[in-house]
Amino acid sequence: MPRTAKGVRVPIRQRPEWADVVPVPQEDGPDPVVEIAYRDEFREAMDYFRAMYISDERSQRALDLTSEVIEMNPGNYTVWHFRRLVLEDINIDLWGELQFVDSLAKINSKNYQIWHHRRWVAEKLGPEVTPIELYFTRMIFSRDAKNYHAWSHRQWVLRVFGGWEQELDYCKELLEDDVFNNSAWNQRYFTITNSPHLGGLQAMRNSETDYTIATILSNPVNESPWRYLRGLYKDNTNLLITGDVVPELCFKVLNTHPKCVHALSFFLDLLCYGLQPSPELRTIIESMRSPEQEPSNLSLAGVVCFILVKMDPMRANYWVWRRSKLPTHIG
Amino acid sequence: MEVGSLEVEKHVKFIITLEKNKDNFDSLAMEHLRLSGAYWGLTTLDILHNLGTVDHDEVISWIMECWHECGGFGGNIGHDPHILYTLSAVQVLALLDKIEILDIDKISSYIASLQKEDGSFSGDIWGEIDTRFSYCAICCLSILRSLDKINVEKAVSYIVSCKNMDGGFGCTPGAESHAGQIFCCIAALAITGSLTHVDKDLLGWWLCERQVDSGGLNGRPEKLPDVCYSWWVLSSLIIIDRVHWIDKNKLANFILNCQDKENGGISDRPDDAVDVFHTYFGVAGLSLLEYPGLKAIDPAYALPVDVVNRLFFKTA
Repeated sequence: MPRTAKGVRVPIRQRPEWADVVPVPQEDGPDPVVEIAYRDEFREAMDYFRAMYISDERSQRALDLTSEVIEMNPGNYTVWHFRRLVLEDINIDLWGELQFVDSLAKINSKNYQIWHHRRWVAEKLGPEVTPIELYFTRMIFSRDAKNYHAWSHRQWVLRVFGGWEQELDYCKELLEDDVFNNSAWNQRYFTITNSPHLGGLQAMRNSETDYTIATILSNPVNESPWRYLRGLYKDNTNLLITGDVVPELCFKVLNTHPKCVHALSFFLDLLCYGLQPSPELRTIIESMRSPEQEPSNLSLAGVVCFILVKMDPMRANYWVWRRSKLPTHIG
Repeated sequence: MEVGSLEVEKHVKFIITLEKNKDNFDSLAMEHLRLSGAYWGLTTLDILHNLGTVDHDEVISWIMECWHECGGFGGNIGHDPHILYTLSAVQVLALLDKIEILDIDKISSYIASLQKEDGSFSGDIWGEIDTRFSYCAICCLSILRSLDKINVEKAVSYIVSCKNMDGGFGCTPGAESHAGQIFCCIAALAITGSLTHVDKDLLGWWLCERQVDSGGLNGRPEKLPDVCYSWWVLSSLIIIDRVHWIDKNKLANFILNCQDKENGGISDRPDDAVDVFHTYFGVAGLSLLEYPGLKAIDPAYALPVDVVNRLFFKTA
């Protein structure tokens, strides 16, 4: 963007290369339910943009103008739309376009248009772009590890171009930074179920169970790994109760964190799957109950539901419902 | 804390005077989505029984100027057509009982042209795919009674392919569950009569775990609560008939605490700046919570129930 010697932005109407263009103001209509307050610079740039758009001028100056408008308001999809038309026509180096998006995405990392445009550019550039895109999304995650657009972009790159080799390690790294990062847990599940190098869910089940259990033990009050653990067994819940590791996890957690809703809730699921709990687990539940407030003749699962009603009052109705749905064979 | 009640008159005033608050309302970035802004503002007014305070004919003629010959609507006059604004336009016209002025054939053909081989929808000619657009397409075509223009079976199977192991849905297959995307998927499945594909108990549990100690709802685990999720989470819970699993009073109080009690409007969290988007989601959320004096809103079409009834039960 042209600036004066003092670094002040030169209004477009004073730039010689725009002398032949008549700007076109926005028609706001008679009754703006959502009002539009323009800053003068933005208004001017948009007026020139409309002139370009209406005359459909696909030129370098039109491209430069879209850069200027986008920098002021990256949400305007019509400007992006026109920019792509220009890019397609003037045959410009798209690697440069990737850099333009880099600088914008750092400031506006939650803007839909920017990510969509980035994908459009990456698609045109092809598989060569893979390491750049993986690095770029990493950089976004270093500032906001849960950025939904960036995750979606990264998954797209992996699916279309590959680059899975380091993905599981990367998930591990992110979870070491923040074990509560649900996006990283989701990516981990995406990786073990989609990476062509890992053999799929069944091949990964044991090692992932070990990893998840260790993670839960270090910080049990964390919704995400408990869900991840369920996901590992979603095709075969029977495996959860035939081995000892998962019931033992519930025992260990409840032993140190008797108020952990996730652990109790997981234990309840295990009981519903048919687990015959160890005497240690029974003792722990026994120690948490308040028999004087309970209805008589509760099964162990019924007791767990009753404890959860007290422990998680915001969702009391859910736990009451769980109790009403307990399979009869465990009741 | 003293919660108080919904400041109906102030919110109505906030919406109809947005135009005059130029200095307070940072709407530089709003021009291109003014049609959605109109939907948020007018639906809020209708829920508050104040739709009569705006000139319907002026709104309608402006909306029709946003229409393109290809069948889609842009977010404002001179902006390119996009499925998001096409839905907003159709919703507003339904609200104003003026669906009949639309060229239903052209609009539905435009939407049908955005469906891909795998059943998904792109938002415009540039091909961005997202389950949000599946919702826009299905909701819009249903309002126009033109669902036969698309392959509904494939549209449903694409949405189902975005289901995750936690019962939720993301924007594309494998993407993290997110309450906004869940609303889009669940509402689209509800409209097409395909809720059998939803594991209601599993999803219901995920959704009710979104309620945090303040009573507000977040959109993903470990994220901050935000008034907009009063809509996304709550409408989904209602559609799958699990809304009694959360503490509705605490949520209503959270929303009421996000009001600007002096100048009207609702913000994302208590004491933040208000805007029309969060005002809509707050009021719509309270309507779903059956707050007294508000019009009931339909959780799938995101329009007042009487409007939806008028659409589907009006005698020809």
